[in-house]
Amino acid sequence: METLDQIFVLSKKGILDFLGTFLPEWVVTLACVAITIKAIAVLGPVTMMYLTLMERKVIGRMQNRIGPNRVGKWGLLQPLADGVKMLTKEDIVPHGADAVSHFLAPILIVIPSLLAFAVIPFGRGMTPVDLNVGVLFFIAVSSTTTIAIFMASWGSRNKFSVLGGMRSAAQMISYEVPMVLSVVPVILIAGSLSTNDIVLAQAGWGGLKWFVFTPWGFFAFIIFFLCGVAECNRSPFDLPEGESEIVAGFHTEYSGMKFALFYMAEFMNSFTVSGLAATLFLGGWQGPFLPSWLWFFLKTYALIFVMIWFRGTLPRIRVDQLMGLAWKFLMPLTLVNILAAGLWYFTEGAARWLITASILAGSFWLLTKLNRGYTPEKRVYLFAE
Amino acid sequence: MTEKTFSLHGAGDMDTQTLEINIGPQHPSTHGVFRMNVVLDGETIVSLKPVMGYLHRNHEQIAENMSYTGSMPYTDRLDYFNSMSNNFGYAMAVEKLANIEVPERAHYIRIIMAELTRLVNHVSVIGFLLNDLGAFFTPVLYAFREREKILDIFEEVAGARMMCNYLRFGGVKYDLSPEVLARIAGILKKFPKFLEEFETLLTKNEILCMRCQNVGVLPAELAVSASVTGPMLRASGVNYDIRKADNYSLYERFKFRVPLGQKGDVYDRYYVRILEMRESLKILEQAVKEIPAGDIMSKKMVPFLKSPRNFKPPVGEAYARVEAPKGELGYYVVSDGTAQPWRYHVRAPSFINLTILEDLCIGQKVADAIIILGSVDIVLGELDR
Repeated sequence: METLDQIFVLSKKGILDFLGTFLPEWVVTLACVAITIKAIAVLGPVTMMYLTLMERKVIGRMQNRIGPNRVGKWGLLQPLADGVKMLTKEDIVPHGADAVSHFLAPILIVIPSLLAFAVIPFGRGMTPVDLNVGVLFFIAVSSTTTIAIFMASWGSRNKFSVLGGMRSAAQMISYEVPMVLSVVPVILIAGSLSTNDIVLAQAGWGGLKWFVFTPWGFFAFIIFFLCGVAECNRSPFDLPEGESEIVAGFHTEYSGMKFALFYMAEFMNSFTVSGLAATLFLGGWQGPFLPSWLWFFLKTYALIFVMIWFRGTLPRIRVDQLMGLAWKFLMPLTLVNILAAGLWYFTEGAARWLITASILAGSFWLLTKLNRGYTPEKRVYLFAE
Repeated sequence: MTEKTFSLHGAGDMDTQTLEINIGPQHPSTHGVFRMNVVLDGETIVSLKPVMGYLHRNHEQIAENMSYTGSMPYTDRLDYFNSMSNNFGYAMAVEKLANIEVPERAHYIRIIMAELTRLVNHVSVIGFLLNDLGAFFTPVLYAFREREKILDIFEEVAGARMMCNYLRFGGVKYDLSPEVLARIAGILKKFPKFLEEFETLLTKNEILCMRCQNVGVLPAELAVSASVTGPMLRASGVNYDIRKADNYSLYERFKFRVPLGQKGDVYDRYYVRILEMRESLKILEQAVKEIPAGDIMSKKMVPFLKSPRNFKPPVGEAYARVEAPKGELGYYVVSDGTAQPWRYHVRAPSFINLTILEDLCIGQKVADAIIILGSVDIVLGELDR
């Protein structure tokens, strides 16, 4: 059990020990870094490839279809076939496009998504880089995708792209704020910015100490996840690429592998955001019986499944409603949530539950009342004989 | 490029430019080759000009160089979702011109087919509308599942799923067998359940309400003065249904009501269609139950089935209209006593309903323009003819 839990750590150690027998120490140190980088660089794209398959399968089932099943058993080789197709497609650069930013954007968008993998604790002792400012690093790195998206939209010299880029910039900036603020309570209670320490702070009581099972944690989790979905440009917040409105948004003018890189970034982002949500609120890799890394992947894929579920069922919301939701609803709620977490920290027993839960429920109720413009109207329909 | 950069006049006074953008003819949500020339201020629409004619096929001129029966299959291609209703209108116009009596059974069959067509149309229009809203194909595929069952019936009675070419002057081409009637009755049993499922998923969905309510409001006066017809007019609260107003065919025998909206926004247009489907089901139930035995073709017209060019209506003119799923579909035929019509004109509801598009869209967002277009319900085959 213990070996299975630590299988990746042990195999890395084994390789390094083997290298240490005949190589100088500085080479082994380099190899240690290289192995970790290699693991992430393989994990990212492979995750993306199979997330596309998973998304197509799950949405297919939701839509009374089977989904891809021609290439390999259950369509398992479909991602490879797609990859070959993408690589062999013609790479079209529009006439009049800004060649440099058009070329660089798809590359730059993948880098932050890969970097974000570095601080995700995949299992016990399996955080690639256990930074003491891990959460901050994640947020800082993932917010830079906006620049790449805007480069893509501006460089394409296409009006649909510009509209998509503008939407993306506005959306990412406004969703960044509640997302960061929703993490603050976690940091406050765990007392650390390191992702590993945050996971350890949720240990014990057979999973009941997960932060999601506290009033502030529950609200923070919902807000973090919603903002994460918006950050990844996924439905129902997929306005920057809103297919039915602005064709494909910022990647309208991309084809072949460059287009695939945008998709790769999107899927890797949804993986890392789900992974971080699992880390911050769902106890990360902790869980009974199964190896720790399996627990992490189970939780992450459950969250990704929810994202796909959103995509299969929800219509898109409009750009002003999107902004309204972020600034008028999520933002004040996160601020109240920080207060609630502070009170939780200083009180004990049943009182902390009562105080935080009532504050949050009250402000939730108040905010829904204040945002009345969005509640559905009741309609009456007449019938003429 | 003549674009100017932004310039600042004084503190905080930004001089912005409008953006002219062509939505279509190659765009995922223009329902065909249709173009909207839109001027945007940010995301808000300042002006919108519909540009049509990309699918102009000279339908009227072709019909004037054909035998009367010869252009029956061409009417299928007008509104290719509802070939039965198109046949119905044309057959009625020519019957009026040549004074042909239609046997009772043929009337019943025509009404059954016309109402089945209405189900097909409304269910797919709602699906497409949701697609325009950004729901990733799920509603469309649910709608198409039901549509397929009805198309199977069309295939069985007419030999074609979409281009039915089923009606003839003085009756219909083939009789309905008892098995087909039983199958239609089976569909009628299951359809309300499907509608309920559809409604549970959509009608009270908050995103759908947010996006559709109070968007693209069409006041009743404007609707009447622009001679808008069909569900779009009734969503604005005007009680005008040609089935009731004209009592053509045998519609006065059936008990059904005309649903009316009050506001005339996208949501009302969506919901009026759902209610209309329920009324159509009532008509169908009565028709399937009461269908009499007898001829399906007027005796006078049987010889012309084999020799259509011998059919020469007397000199005169006739206009007949039906309540097609999209609105008032009228055919104007002038005969000079030869085998070809001297003049043939189609009043296409898609075309006339679209004329108020700019009034509906100004001041709304880009995303709204797409759903307003979706709620108008156009088919380019009919719009451009």
